[in-house]
Amino acid sequence: MNAIEIKNINKSFGDTQAVSDINFSVKKGELFGLIGPDGAGKSTLFKILTTLLIPDEGNATVSGFDTVKDYKRIRKIIGYMPGKFSLYQDLSVQENLNFFATIFGTTIEKNYHLIKDIYVQLEPFKNRRAGKLSGGMKQKLALCCALIHEPEVLFLDEPTTGVDAVSRAEFWEMLKRLKAHGITILVSTPYMDEASLCERIALIQEGKILQIDTPQNITNSYSKPLFEIKSHDFYQLLKDLREEPFTERVEPFGEYLHLTTNSDISSNSISEILEKKGHTQIEINQAIASIEDVFLDLM
Amino acid sequence: MRKLFYIVQKEFIQIFRNKAILPLMTVVPIMQLIVLSFAASNEVRNVQLAIVDQDNSEYSRLITSKIKNSDRFILMDNPPSVKLADGMMQSGNADIILTIPPQFEKNFFKNKTGEIQLLVNAINGQQATVGAAYLAQIIQSFNQEIRLDAVPQLAVMKQFSSPQLRIENSNWYNPDLSYKDFMVPGILGELATLLVMLLTAMNIVREREIGTIEQINVTPIKKWQFILGKMIPFLFIGMFLLTVGMIAGKLIFDIPIVGSLWVIFAYCLLNLTAVLGIGLFISNLADTQQQAMFITFFFAIIFILMCGLFTPIESMPKMAQYFTIPNPIAHFVHVMRSVLLKGSEFSDVAYNFKVTAVLAVVFNSLAILSYRKVS
Repeated sequence: MNAIEIKNINKSFGDTQAVSDINFSVKKGELFGLIGPDGAGKSTLFKILTTLLIPDEGNATVSGFDTVKDYKRIRKIIGYMPGKFSLYQDLSVQENLNFFATIFGTTIEKNYHLIKDIYVQLEPFKNRRAGKLSGGMKQKLALCCALIHEPEVLFLDEPTTGVDAVSRAEFWEMLKRLKAHGITILVSTPYMDEASLCERIALIQEGKILQIDTPQNITNSYSKPLFEIKSHDFYQLLKDLREEPFTERVEPFGEYLHLTTNSDISSNSISEILEKKGHTQIEINQAIASIEDVFLDLM
Repeated sequence: MRKLFYIVQKEFIQIFRNKAILPLMTVVPIMQLIVLSFAASNEVRNVQLAIVDQDNSEYSRLITSKIKNSDRFILMDNPPSVKLADGMMQSGNADIILTIPPQFEKNFFKNKTGEIQLLVNAINGQQATVGAAYLAQIIQSFNQEIRLDAVPQLAVMKQFSSPQLRIENSNWYNPDLSYKDFMVPGILGELATLLVMLLTAMNIVREREIGTIEQINVTPIKKWQFILGKMIPFLFIGMFLLTVGMIAGKLIFDIPIVGSLWVIFAYCLLNLTAVLGIGLFISNLADTQQQAMFITFFFAIIFILMCGLFTPIESMPKMAQYFTIPNPIAHFVHVMRSVLLKGSEFSDVAYNFKVTAVLAVVFNSLAILSYRKVS
């Protein structure tokens, strides 16, 4: 049985179609990523799966329970971390944790093994009010609170948004450790670089799923010629390349431009063309596609 | 049960941590009680008076001095003409103009009648009617005196005249017509009710605004646990406020406590339960604290103006009187006054208990029904 099963889910708010015809499933114990820009429908999908929203059409199950009919059963077995920090800011770390443990009918001691790795980092601040914690610490506390009742499925809605790079890396480390406990994790993120840390990902855009596969397969599926280019004048290079007939798409990507071509043009000929236009220090290599390239291509 | 206890505990922690709410719940109501009870008086004093004495006789001066002796009036001026007096009223320096026409004394002796004119500024209706009534009283007693004085035969006649009915008033339950005894119990009831209503109305909305409700909604907490967890702390606060208010009322205003305090507190508990229902219902309807505040404000104004605290319910139009039935403050004010001043027993206010119990059931059902864990 799959941990999450989504069939033909549709939901609209007024005239806005938030998600349309979503179909996918998440295996038990899988770390599944939902990758898409802001407004793609990620949070709506999370709310449907966590029983906070009722879909207009279609149905979904979590651990075999229907999100509409068996919502009470689902609420006992899931952990949810909303995109917005939703713990009590005026309660301390300890009090928040205690509160959530109690309303799930358990205690901190009982499930301490699950949160131990995370909680040791929070422990020095356990009497501090949650509102006074740093962004990264808040995320850790929210994760602790979502985990305290040993959920079967964990829903993390953009857990790393607004968190510094180090904390983000740490957070993903934690998720891998949780996976080892057999917890199914559905995580959403707008950061393409985090996609490769998931076992499987779904690319979502404007409420539609573009592609679902492992990150490796998704990047491998990129069949068009891709180059990374830089020269002395980055901005002029971008403008010039956009005007070339062989260019299908060119986007800035770190210190390089990623150029997708529509014909089998060699890197040497591109280099020559650019030299004619007055570019110097030209560097041009064949590039390996990233999730972002695939995403932009699918858009 | 353990869950409920925890929710209540959590609410208390949050309330006591909120540095703005705690003084708002204790100090402010007591201050309101003191200020309102001292200032919001129905008694009319300091009526500004202008007397236009065109007669300038012995009698006209007698009237003037009699009025001067009353502490309800301030004699602003004796303008020589009616026109000047009108000007004083126009500019707000006079509330009442008393005009004594020329030949007032002469006419009195000649025709046995005398005419005096009262011009009353009725912008403030209460001041005008009550002030004019006081003035009429003074003139009446003056009238009695001069009649005996001017026509000695009348005194003789009076001895032989047919027996007359004399009406004597006696003010029961508040013999001195003490305004404070009348107001303090009512204001106490009103304050406790309003505060609890506002606090609860803001509460769930606040959780929605901050987003904590989303986290709560995915937990297996049951509706009744959540709602009851919100209600119990505010019930405590309301009861605490009433206790403090009663003590303050006794110490500062020495209000009489004739009836049983048990009835008062039992009723308070019931009344606050009803009010909490209103507050929670508002809280469920509103999306932001601002909205909740305005809805509460709307109800509060109607409740206060139609609770019989300032204007007696009995003198409202019949339709308006029906509207006071679902007004918990009206019942509270009534029960407070009856029990504290009159010593009413439970059986005397049983009607209010019954109505409030119905209100409590209705409002709280609305609150529970309107609370949705799913949007």
